[in-house]
Amino acid sequence: MERSLMKGNEALAEAAIRCGCKCFFGYPITPQTELSAYMAKRMEKSGGVFLQAESEIAAINMVLGAASTGVRAMTSSSSPGVSLKAEGISYMAGSDLPAVIINVQRGGPGLGSIQPAQSDYFQATKAMGHGDFHIIVYAPCSVQEMVDTVTLAFDKADEYRTPVMILADGLLGQMMEPVTFPEPKTELPDKSDWAACGHKNKREHHIINSLFLDAPLLEAKVLERFERYKAIEENETDAELYMCEGAELVITAYGASARVAKSAVTKARSEGIKAGLFRPKTLWPFPVKELAEATKDAKHILDVEMSMGQMIYDVKLATECRIPTTFFGRTGGVIPTPAEVYDEIKKLTGGAQ
Amino acid sequence: MTTEIILAGFGGQGILFTGKILAYCGLMAGKELSWLPSYGPEMRGGTANCSVCISDEPIGSPLVANPDILIAMNGPSYNKFIDAVKPNGLVLVDSSIVEEECKREDITYISIPATDIAAENGMNGSANMILMGRMLAESGLFNIDTVQKAMEKCIPPKRANLIDVNMKAVKIGSESK
Amino acid sequence: MAVVFDRPKSLLDVSTHFCPGCGHGIVHRLVCEVLDEMGVIGDTIGVVPVGCSVMSYNYFGCDVIEAPHGRAPAVATGAKRVNPDKIVFTYQGDGDLAAIGTAETVHVGTRGENIVIIFINNTTYGMTGGQMAPTTLPGQVTQTTPFGRNTDTAGFPIRICEMLSTLSGVALAQRVAIDSVPHIREAKKAIRKAFDNQVAKRGLSIVEVLSTCPTNWGLSPDKSMDFVRKQMIPYYPLGIYKDKAAEEEAAK
Repeated sequence: MERSLMKGNEALAEAAIRCGCKCFFGYPITPQTELSAYMAKRMEKSGGVFLQAESEIAAINMVLGAASTGVRAMTSSSSPGVSLKAEGISYMAGSDLPAVIINVQRGGPGLGSIQPAQSDYFQATKAMGHGDFHIIVYAPCSVQEMVDTVTLAFDKADEYRTPVMILADGLLGQMMEPVTFPEPKTELPDKSDWAACGHKNKREHHIINSLFLDAPLLEAKVLERFERYKAIEENETDAELYMCEGAELVITAYGASARVAKSAVTKARSEGIKAGLFRPKTLWPFPVKELAEATKDAKHILDVEMSMGQMIYDVKLATECRIPTTFFGRTGGVIPTPAEVYDEIKKLTGGAQ
Repeated sequence: MTTEIILAGFGGQGILFTGKILAYCGLMAGKELSWLPSYGPEMRGGTANCSVCISDEPIGSPLVANPDILIAMNGPSYNKFIDAVKPNGLVLVDSSIVEEECKREDITYISIPATDIAAENGMNGSANMILMGRMLAESGLFNIDTVQKAMEKCIPPKRANLIDVNMKAVKIGSESK
Repeated sequence: MAVVFDRPKSLLDVSTHFCPGCGHGIVHRLVCEVLDEMGVIGDTIGVVPVGCSVMSYNYFGCDVIEAPHGRAPAVATGAKRVNPDKIVFTYQGDGDLAAIGTAETVHVGTRGENIVIIFINNTTYGMTGGQMAPTTLPGQVTQTTPFGRNTDTAGFPIRICEMLSTLSGVALAQRVAIDSVPHIREAKKAIRKAFDNQVAKRGLSIVEVLSTCPTNWGLSPDKSMDFVRKQMIPYYPLGIYKDKAAEEEAAK
């Protein structure tokens, strides 16, 4: 397969089109704008719909409308815009609607900065809107993995009937790397048993709805959904373990900060320091079993994030705080350097033994 | 072996494009690579820079903190990055624009009046390619055939006339002293 | 014996939750009569709002999507764009359409989105118990304007049809009422025209229906009809504010 060179944002768009995404609704925001621009250029030619909405709120609700009729739909934004989409995502979760939402994170809170950050971890994994629900959250760390994740995200969204988020960041969105694309998907899942696309007088009408005024009925709905979440937790966790074999210090990091950490781990190992990297590819569900495997020899965990420390809570929960866990991070759009992370490794391990 | 490069200058000098050509060289040569631009208001008239990594191994951090190679096309960029260059690194500056004097003695420092050379050859705006040509000649990072292939892959057909102009500038650069 | 008056097939045979004297029942019926006449119920997607008509998904016989508050036009946009051959309509109240969803409303107009909006103006938030709506009349008492709507502090009512008629993408903007039989007949004609426009791909058609809320107005159904006639219609004149089809016809 031929390698091409592409920005992460563009690769996300191309991958979506190839796996049968029929419509994209977006609103301009740095640093994800290339994704919209690419969709504007390509979507109509491939027989789909591109629409620049009047707001992030409208965009996510257009996704809701399109997804309700059974087609693969996507929107993308960056942190402040994703906050605006929260309402729609909650409604989609409550209506069991599959769709893919991309967050190319930037520094916050508020308007924040436009530089890469990972400070929306809590939002994505813990509270992507009001109510009792989860969404699947993927955290790729290269342009190629973003492409692969888009395919996975659409498939899992359909399989479990849930919104899925790809949590990227400005670094992954803006950088170019070699990438190969899968062949376009021709067969898509059949959703005719629930989609609201016109009943042709051949079946009962379908209702796409998140309102259940009868409390026990709503409870039953939520319980049914949490059965699905349980299946997701059992089957869909994924992580990369890098040099974790015999590692006395394991770094936990995802996305862009995992790349920085990987450079630091490689350097540390070359100097005889027993360091490893645990990189979750799914943030919800968090790969608890995989972390246990990665840290079986660990005396210390160093959690590295481009935030003030958000994933670290999941790390501590997953290890039940049995392993001392230290945090190192930069925030506001500042990217940590491998040297900074390496210094932390040295501090915690006392250097090579 | 990984080569980390920073290219920096004013927006409009073709900094990001030069980085792209290097990235495409890596692609054509079957290497692992990454290209990361500065983005935002910077690219609309202020300073621009980009990080390029070329390697035989998968790239870790795509953001270059300590480059092996620096191409600086204006004073502020030179001042911002000169101290970050690794010992034994390679630094190229456009002396038509950069007035600063290099005080470091642990690096290879090449100063060429790229903007003036470009103007003399009737190719305004090609100072970036002249510097890149010189850098490639000095470092041996990619040969001229790879650059040709990279240009052909990177530049869209409707602007194909730029390929010859750029290649000419690369050659002038590689032969400059 | 011949049946001369029956429930439209598109209106499901269930009892509604609407209050006695509420206008929603009449408008639901009109929409469904039109869908019956056009024979399109199997190819129609309805989008219902948040408010009293939220549960209309149980009444309309077509496939139905329940939208977040104010977002029905955006939801309908998404549904219609990927299903251009289906009939898509929204059914929205005044709080939903003219307050929280104003941006979505205006922009389906600017885009000329080929959908129908049925807009129920009853000057109040019914579902939450009768608070001030964007359409509440000056001086009108509601739960949140207990001394009457003071335009100095609470602003003025919004006239949606007049506003939308300025937008190039709007094919039809018409205000009707349900306070009398002739007005109801007129309302049905407008709704039919709106759906015909969609079939002809003319752009956005909005039919604003001046309706009643006896419960929150504290009036009998009868007196409520009087309120529409005597208070609302003078402030919200009935009529056609924009009709592209008629303009094109006249230009021929």
